[in-house]
Amino acid sequence: MSEQITFTIDGKQCTAEKGDTIVAAAKKNGVYIPTLCDFEGLKPAATCRVCTVKVNGAPTTACSATVSQGVEIESNTEEITNIRKAVVEMMFVEGNHFCPACEKSGSCDLQALCYKYQMMVPRYDFTFPRKELDATSPKLLIEKNRCILCKRCVRSSITTNGKSLFAVAKRGNKTVIQMDKTLAADLSEEQAKEAMELCPVGAILKKETGFVTPIGQRKYDAAPIGSDIESNA
Amino acid sequence: MNTDLNQILDKYKGDATRLMDILTDIQTEEGCIPSDAVAQLSERLGISRVEVEQTISFYHFFSQKPVGKYAVYLNDSAVAEMKGRTAVAAAFEQEAGCTFGSVTEDGVIGLHNTACIGMNDQEPAAIVNGVVFTNLTADKAKELVAGMRAGKAVQEMVTELGDGVNSSDLVQSMVKNNIQKKGDVIFSTFESGSAIKKCIEMAPEAVIDEVKSSNLRGRGGAGFPTGLKWEFCSKAAEKERYLICNADEGEPGTFKDRVILTETPQLVVEGMIVGGYALGAQQGIIYLRAEYTYLKKYLESVLDDYRQKNLLGNNIAGKEGFNFDLRIQFGAGAYVCGEESALIESAEGKRGEPRIRPPFPVEKGYLDKPTSVNNVESFAAVSQILVKGAAWFKGIGNDKSAGTKVLSISGDCEKPGVYEVAWGLSVQEMLDMVGASNTKAVLVGGPSGTFVGAKDFSRKICFGDLATGGSVIVFDQSRDILETVSNFVDFFCDESCGSCVPCRAGNGIIRSTLDKVINGKGTKADLEKLTELGTIMKAANRCGLGQTSFNPVVTTIKNLPEEYESRLQEESPYVPTFDLAASVADSCEYVGREPNL
Repeated sequence: MSEQITFTIDGKQCTAEKGDTIVAAAKKNGVYIPTLCDFEGLKPAATCRVCTVKVNGAPTTACSATVSQGVEIESNTEEITNIRKAVVEMMFVEGNHFCPACEKSGSCDLQALCYKYQMMVPRYDFTFPRKELDATSPKLLIEKNRCILCKRCVRSSITTNGKSLFAVAKRGNKTVIQMDKTLAADLSEEQAKEAMELCPVGAILKKETGFVTPIGQRKYDAAPIGSDIESNA
Repeated sequence: MNTDLNQILDKYKGDATRLMDILTDIQTEEGCIPSDAVAQLSERLGISRVEVEQTISFYHFFSQKPVGKYAVYLNDSAVAEMKGRTAVAAAFEQEAGCTFGSVTEDGVIGLHNTACIGMNDQEPAAIVNGVVFTNLTADKAKELVAGMRAGKAVQEMVTELGDGVNSSDLVQSMVKNNIQKKGDVIFSTFESGSAIKKCIEMAPEAVIDEVKSSNLRGRGGAGFPTGLKWEFCSKAAEKERYLICNADEGEPGTFKDRVILTETPQLVVEGMIVGGYALGAQQGIIYLRAEYTYLKKYLESVLDDYRQKNLLGNNIAGKEGFNFDLRIQFGAGAYVCGEESALIESAEGKRGEPRIRPPFPVEKGYLDKPTSVNNVESFAAVSQILVKGAAWFKGIGNDKSAGTKVLSISGDCEKPGVYEVAWGLSVQEMLDMVGASNTKAVLVGGPSGTFVGAKDFSRKICFGDLATGGSVIVFDQSRDILETVSNFVDFFCDESCGSCVPCRAGNGIIRSTLDKVINGKGTKADLEKLTELGTIMKAANRCGLGQTSFNPVVTTIKNLPEEYESRLQEESPYVPTFDLAASVADSCEYVGREPNL
């Protein structure tokens, strides 16, 4: 058995295995740390920054950092909560998110975090950027207005002949996700489904079927995001 | 495409980690990276087209569209603007017949903006097909365009040469060194080969101890103790190790590495060889910014000289098993690559996105092997420390900051250029030294550093107070500081790698909020919002760029509040971000109605 270590999150005594990420270690102890770019089985990217915590006073991302014996982690403090809320607000204003019209509404992690942090109106001004909608693939629709650049799709194993279907392009506030048009033409039904399920928001949508899950049965309709973890406390 | 891609790929053994070199060669030959090249690279390297494009589109000097037979990259950073860039740009546009950001219809001349090219002491300056033109005027811009129209070779248009090595056969550049003050470490006497001779008489651990006890701190700006970094790297389990010289100086206002590499590259190369010995590294890389491509032939000749003297290569200086060689890796225009892990990503042929740390490069760096990345000036200092001793080095400077610092000083002063000073100089002493008067503000450490006003001119330039990687910019009373701040905000918006939300979006929010203030629509609450955003970005961003890019705004709000106050509106519950009447003017005119607001 691997080595057990103890540490605290917001003063609560916790136990986990050495080498666990802080997100995973917190989960084992019934503490929910919000994540967006993190996805089980994918290498951490630490791009969205909503999992920001302080470890012994120094800020870091809980999806990528591992726990060590005796550390004191701050997570649900006023300061960290404000940072997380601000980051969620930033994602909202840098894209064009119109929840009522979105197929992912109710199953969207970003929307769920907006509710969690009770975002009414973002503190920042909307930028209403012009973004592209890529409908060139027979199987997938890429709605870049909603993309939060979490890179789950880029890190995924959705490949053809070992070549990655998704990649990042440009930089700064022009950064976008690109789908390889030649590879997209040969995408299988399963790969298209996997891509859509990977996307935490409504940016990757499978064509031909839509709005399959009715309102009331969507991921966060019954209970808020993270409540499954917190109920294990 | 006319270029033989196979030949280029063979040159780099079809190695995808050398994608930067491959793309640089294609860009240089073709004036762009054509789509058939992307398709062939995808085929040959076994990666998708979008993966090839993700590297291309990250770098400013790679372009999928032709940049023009003569590609003019005119610096648009703050000091260039202060020194008359607008008139030069207008002359270029008028003579060429196209605007910046475009290429003439016949494809002959392309005009492009570019961030600071490391010539702040001789602005306005531009790079045309790799050749640097400094101290430009509208007339000189006209002459240049006439030369292009006449089909002249770019090098032929260089009519006068700079000082020192700049005028040598291998450089032939009009760039000036402007060394205004020589100090005891970098610009002092050094006998080539002496540091290597000294180091091979010592055990590698003793070399590291010597560097450690000298208290040398990284000269790129972050100030991490060099000896400690070397010790960490030398203790890594893996034996295949790398040493990288960070010569990507991209901080606007910095140009001291250019001068060090021009006048005393031996100190740098020898510092790297000493480092190779100390760390047991076999391969070193000098990551040189693309803007300094004009130094390529010269620096390669310096390396060849060391190889010929058996001071680089196998069994260096006759020491059995001391094998270390160096290569030059060019960047392609990305400020963030000055961050060590982004630099490593770039050297591996990828987008220059900073890595998640830990693991730190000293454990997992270049090609996932232990790697130490150190600044040009740090390596140069190491050579002198080896020869003259740690105690000598510690005797210069002050308690927290040993040795000297080479400052790149520009802006409103009589003698811009490079100054090697002992750490601990006050801002006022610095101003007196460079002949600056009537000074309103000084930016120490470049845009990611600190703006200080007159009340802080007694502060000292050193670690623990005003730390700097070397950039110092002086502004006199005539300057509108917010114009400069605005320029730097644009810079960071473009140079963010785009990974972290609070950097990618945060810089855009700074941009729009600052515009609101500049347009007279801001309130005190906006300044408070900007300051709060700064604390969020500092805590939530991954790398030094996102953790400091708010500094031009936040440090001016703090240290030069008067620059903002006159532009603020009275506090009221609702101040619109934009001019409502102007926004609806067009539609009102269309429907024949008076705006009724």
